[in-house]
Amino acid sequence: MKYLPLLLVNLSRKKIRTILTIGSFAIALFLFGLLGVIDSAFYQGVDVAGVDRLIVRNKTSLIMPLPIAYKQRLLQLDAVKDVTFASWFGGVYQEPKNFFPQFAVDVDTYRTMYPEFTVADDQWEAFVNDRQGCIVGRKTLERFGWKIGDRIPIQASIYRGVWDFTIRGVYDARRDADDTTQFWFQYAYLNERTPFQKDFVGWYTVRITNPDKAPETVNAIDERFANSSFETTTETEKAFMAGFVKQFGNIKLIILSVGSIVLFTLLLVTGSNMSLSVRERTNEIAILKTIGFGPEKILALVLLESTVYAVLGGAMGLGLCELFTLSGDPTNGLLPVFYLSGETIAMGCGITVLVGLVSGLIPALIAMRLNIVDAMRRV
Amino acid sequence: MAIPLIYNIRSIKERFSSTLVALFSIAGVVAVFVAMLAMAKGFEKTLVASGSPENAIILRGGANSEMESSIELEQARIIGDAPGVARDPDGHPLMSWEVVVVASLPLRSTGTDANVQIRGVSKEALAVRDSVKLIEGRFFNPGLAELVIGKHARDAYAGFDLGNVITIGGRQWTIVGIFDAGGNTFDSEVWCDAQVLNQAFKRPENLFQSVTVRLDSPESLPRLKEAISTDPRLTVSAKSEIAYYADQSIMITTLINVLGFMVASVMGIGAVFGALNTMYSAISARNREIATLRAIGFSGSAVVVSFVMESLLIALLGGLLGALLILPIHGYTASTINWQTFSHMSFAFSITADILVKGLLFALFMGFFGGLFPAIRAARRPIAPALRGL
Amino acid sequence: MAKDPQTQDELITVKNLHKKYTRGSEIIEVLNDVNLNIHKGDFVAFMGPSGSGKTTLLNLLGGLDLPTSGSILVEGEDIAVMSGKRLTAWRARHVGFIFQLYNLIPVMTAFQNVELPLLLTRLSKENRRRHVETALAIVGLADRMDHYPRQLSGGQEQRVAIARAIVADPTFLLCDEPTGDLDRKSANEILDLLTRLVAEHGKTVLMVTHDPLAAKRAGTRFYLEKGVLTDNSPGEEE
Repeated sequence: MKYLPLLLVNLSRKKIRTILTIGSFAIALFLFGLLGVIDSAFYQGVDVAGVDRLIVRNKTSLIMPLPIAYKQRLLQLDAVKDVTFASWFGGVYQEPKNFFPQFAVDVDTYRTMYPEFTVADDQWEAFVNDRQGCIVGRKTLERFGWKIGDRIPIQASIYRGVWDFTIRGVYDARRDADDTTQFWFQYAYLNERTPFQKDFVGWYTVRITNPDKAPETVNAIDERFANSSFETTTETEKAFMAGFVKQFGNIKLIILSVGSIVLFTLLLVTGSNMSLSVRERTNEIAILKTIGFGPEKILALVLLESTVYAVLGGAMGLGLCELFTLSGDPTNGLLPVFYLSGETIAMGCGITVLVGLVSGLIPALIAMRLNIVDAMRRV
Repeated sequence: MAIPLIYNIRSIKERFSSTLVALFSIAGVVAVFVAMLAMAKGFEKTLVASGSPENAIILRGGANSEMESSIELEQARIIGDAPGVARDPDGHPLMSWEVVVVASLPLRSTGTDANVQIRGVSKEALAVRDSVKLIEGRFFNPGLAELVIGKHARDAYAGFDLGNVITIGGRQWTIVGIFDAGGNTFDSEVWCDAQVLNQAFKRPENLFQSVTVRLDSPESLPRLKEAISTDPRLTVSAKSEIAYYADQSIMITTLINVLGFMVASVMGIGAVFGALNTMYSAISARNREIATLRAIGFSGSAVVVSFVMESLLIALLGGLLGALLILPIHGYTASTINWQTFSHMSFAFSITADILVKGLLFALFMGFFGGLFPAIRAARRPIAPALRGL
Repeated sequence: MAKDPQTQDELITVKNLHKKYTRGSEIIEVLNDVNLNIHKGDFVAFMGPSGSGKTTLLNLLGGLDLPTSGSILVEGEDIAVMSGKRLTAWRARHVGFIFQLYNLIPVMTAFQNVELPLLLTRLSKENRRRHVETALAIVGLADRMDHYPRQLSGGQEQRVAIARAIVADPTFLLCDEPTGDLDRKSANEILDLLTRLVAEHGKTVLMVTHDPLAAKRAGTRFYLEKGVLTDNSPGEEE
């Protein structure tokens, strides 16, 4: 582009101001990325919910169990293709702050219900054959430096005593948004050792034949168990996960508010910088006009300049944020995922360009309309 | 000798529009910072306020929370006879054996379900817990499926009005009373008879999770602990109620603090940029004045101090503005899920004096860094050309 | 030129003064072996074309810059070897500046502007007030004490600047194109004032100027051309 030298000269003119403007963009976009990361962490479950899966839980509350006999009764329904179940274990590894989710699962059916998680066949085989075996998600495995074959003692909270497990395999997931912090062991082992209520499970996950018929299937299931001692509430996996997040409060509102404050401040800083910059160069702009640069060209030049600041700063900010997420979860396990999603990046780019244009707009219009004679008179 | 402060004050007034950038940047950061601290403090306050220095909570040995614990009726009676437990005028021990469960009920606001904590208690519960006062209706009658609900629970859940009947665990319960616990966790709870609750939730009737006792004096706790741990019939341990609730708040308070700190620090850097911006352009515009002051004989350090002071003044204004803007959230009741009890909990944002001070100090901190480098630069510029307006 | 040690009423003695700038590989000699003597009560004008080095000389004499080599003795002290804080303190005590652009602080009143140099002394508030009032009276602006610079005319601003320059009773006054921005009438008023300061108050005034009429008022005239000082104007006999 032939205007590049002109542009570069302007950028290097007041170095400090250039650095501050680009820096402001970098900071703002870093923060924007961070908010996106927090959002992704909270809505993780919702984002990856399977479209063809439903969660069936005890109507009274999630901590109340369901009879294991329900598995067969659920399979009898036409709309139901597969059924699996799990129970929350909630034990402590060494100390409470080392939290990670532990589930006792139905080894026959769990793996096919969650195809997004992958385990090597021989590892799964070993797990099935060891009643006290467990499969650990990659993130948790790496967090504690465990290896396959390690013996892991977990102090039970809800149940009693110390439970030992041997790691038989590790599961991975394809997407950034998938949770690889989980710890699975055999339901059979839990049922064997539990001091109370045998043959009860925490909840069922059901795969339905037709996702479009989800509402009808939900009703069909709940009707089946209505008026029994263990009534059910069924919802789509997405709705179930969303319900959880809602209980945290209006996270989206908080994120949105903070984000708006940041954007507003960014606009202030960059807008004022561009105004100052343009005002200082009144003379040159006048000269450019006398040479023959039309008003549209002047407008374009100023807007281009402000956009270049924006793009340089925005790229830096988002890039730094990405690096930050790679350094690991600072809450050390309280968040299921900690990554910068594609949507966040795309939105960030959009905002960058938008703010770049908007902050340059008014100064550009002023520059465009500059009366040459007035400009020359201004020393 | 120092450059008079009036120079800085008047200069700020004169070029007020150019200080707006720094002002608003800092105000925004302080507002968010104060809000985060207020959230964490509100949460902590709510939890800690649930504990009284006059009470002790007894759990099964090794249990970290009520939900993990179990205590039989027999053991509860033995605990009631232990030294250090206060007694009512009739000589009965002031204690309440309790069970907590979670039930999924729809919220008024969204219609979706949230987990409400239901606490089965003994009839002495009100006597043991001073903070809880009945404000409407009456306490439940033992043996009946009746509920008394906290004021926050009343506000949060659909159908939670005096006189209504609610279905929980397949049974019908009547709401007979509403209590006010002064804003602590109990306000988000629903209370009923512990044994009735056990039946409804298919638990053994005489198996509870905790026993809360009123101590005859706060200093009696060690005595009680001693008696309990040496009694061979008991496998329980006692803890100060306040300490118990403080532990319960750790996980979420940590989360709020870490996330809040991350966000506030990054925003803080942004605000410093805003301040730098303002100060650099101020110094640019006042180049000649600064050079004149130095020509007259004011030292370089006098110039540095002067401009740092100016930046601090602007930062202070910004901090005050931010604090003022966020002040209205004080007392605003929000609710979230307490990971440790798995239930919905209301808390009020709490802006205390020390939080405001922290916010203002943060503002000054940002102002200092926003002013230091421009000020040093101003003091180092060659005087002679600046005097001629170059 | 005679190069004697300072005699009784020699105020400023400049010996072998050089000022060089390096620009890349080029060395530019702004002042080349300047020697001069200034006595108490002198009214001196420095003239010369643009780039002749006269402003640089003024800056050096006023302690605003340091020479590459040579000495500048003021009342026995060599300021060419002073630096930093010491030079700043010396400047406060010995020099009063008057600039072409007046350089008043816009957000301060005439009174406060004139008071500035006194803040560097240990005078009490009362004493300072008296000095300021006296200075403003000398320049004829006692009634404009509380006005801001933007409320004054160019000539009045310069007079306030002069009051500021004399208020702390400095050893000498340095003027850089004092009439440069003024119309003829105001310029004459300023020159009258400077002349009076020399004649009636015994001040020593060093002035850089383009203006031949201003130069005429001075008792001594020096010419600078390409960094070399003479007391002849080009083409003139002494």
